Amino acid sequence: MCLALPARIVALADADQAVVDLGGVRKSISVALTPEARVGDYVIVHVGHAIGLLDAGEAERTLALFAEMAAQQAQEGRAA
Amino acid sequence: MKYVDEFRDGAVARGLAERLAAEVDPARTYSFMEFCGGHTHAISRYGIAELLPKNVRMVHGPGCPVCVLPIGRIDQAIALALDRGVMLCTYGDVMRVPASASAGPPPAGGDPLGGRAAQAPRGLSSESLSLMRAKARGADIRMVYSAADALKLAREHPDREVVFLAIGFETTTPPTALVIRQAAAENVGNFSVLCNHVLTPSAITHILESPEVREYGTVPIDGFVGPAHVSIVIGAAPYEHFAEEYRKPVVIAGFEPLDVMQAIVMLVRQVNDGRTEVENEFTRAVTRDGNLAAQQIVSAVLELRTSFEWRGLGEVPYSALKIRPAFAAFDAEKRFGLTYRSVADHKQCECGAILRGVKKPTDCKLFGTVCTPESPMGSCMVSSEGACAAHYSYGRFRDIPVVAAT
Repeated sequence: MCLALPARIVALADADQAVVDLGGVRKSISVALTPEARVGDYVIVHVGHAIGLLDAGEAERTLALFAEMAAQQAQEGRAA
Repeated sequence: MKYVDEFRDGAVARGLAERLAAEVDPARTYSFMEFCGGHTHAISRYGIAELLPKNVRMVHGPGCPVCVLPIGRIDQAIALALDRGVMLCTYGDVMRVPASASAGPPPAGGDPLGGRAAQAPRGLSSESLSLMRAKARGADIRMVYSAADALKLAREHPDREVVFLAIGFETTTPPTALVIRQAAAENVGNFSVLCNHVLTPSAITHILESPEVREYGTVPIDGFVGPAHVSIVIGAAPYEHFAEEYRKPVVIAGFEPLDVMQAIVMLVRQVNDGRTEVENEFTRAVTRDGNLAAQQIVSAVLELRTSFEWRGLGEVPYSALKIRPAFAAFDAEKRFGLTYRSVADHKQCECGAILRGVKKPTDCKLFGTVCTPESPMGSCMVSSEGACAAHYSYGRFRDIPVVAAT
């Protein structure tokens, strides 16, 4: 029910509509809830609506944090 | 898929699991409630329960919109479709939720979807309806992907009354508000909404105030994994109250397995440090203030209900939304003069206790026997986000000890 997926906006159309690319599938959605969304942005799509934007920089930082934690563990594991 | 696959990396998950094992205090236990069904599903599907140290326990919360919708609300929708002849549109998940047997006229010549359900105990069983069964009896019930599709059906069928049965937490509410505003702008006279949207913060407060948590300590909760998509809309700020008032840490997390693992590490750290803060693991989509455009449209169209019944939690004050008087023409409750009648759950169904975190799916006598995802008796077995459906799909064989072949 709360399923939502990140999708890239490929085109903006009239009446708050946009076309998104969802892993190769194109779909028409509403961007009325994310008026700041532009072509190329990743949005979170839920029941045919973009409910928020995805911050690419923050996504990279989160992944870097995971890698750092795993590396830290490997290091401490060796030291122990 | 970008921003999905990277967050499902098994090697990184194992690294996080080792990190977690190194950080937990072996002298104590930790129990955290994942409020959202999306997290419950991820924990079951990706085997996160197996990656956790023995002294870290996850308690499933009530954040599954289909699961908390009480029988009486489904009965209202079925009555509209069967007795009032409306075209009833709703999301696919809602279609199989068991309603009461009393909704609608009795079946002529037995249940068209009989068979499996005929094994059910008396009381619920083959006599109980669902939207799917009502459809089999001739009711015009349509599954839609979006609220906008329901409005489209109303435009295409001006001679019919079209009702959208709206359910869901804050994630799903803004699209409903948008469609009501759109219907008003276009003056679509044959469209209305049966609004059952519920609110996350009031449900969390209700759990924290429940006797099981406050007095008996039967449900120890050391912290919460906070919702992912709900928080995109409402932001991180609404949880600050719990962290402060109830001294419980909250970590908002994405729905991918690495997000959940990381959030549990962050919760363990807070507990070990004696901190009770709101932390955000899902920074790629959640801000402190949330989506202001979405919040604005919701508050322009909808307002608080003084009370709303939740399956499992009972009446919860100020926990749901109704349509503002300015949009009364599009409110199905007013348009059809509906009154709400509460209906008790099946006696043996433990959904209520499971939704409060008091019991596990396997504590229920019906689990996996008469109640399965194909033929659900209780709401927790209906949606893939429900605690019972998640455990049935991904975990039920874990309960059986492995025996070597002789």
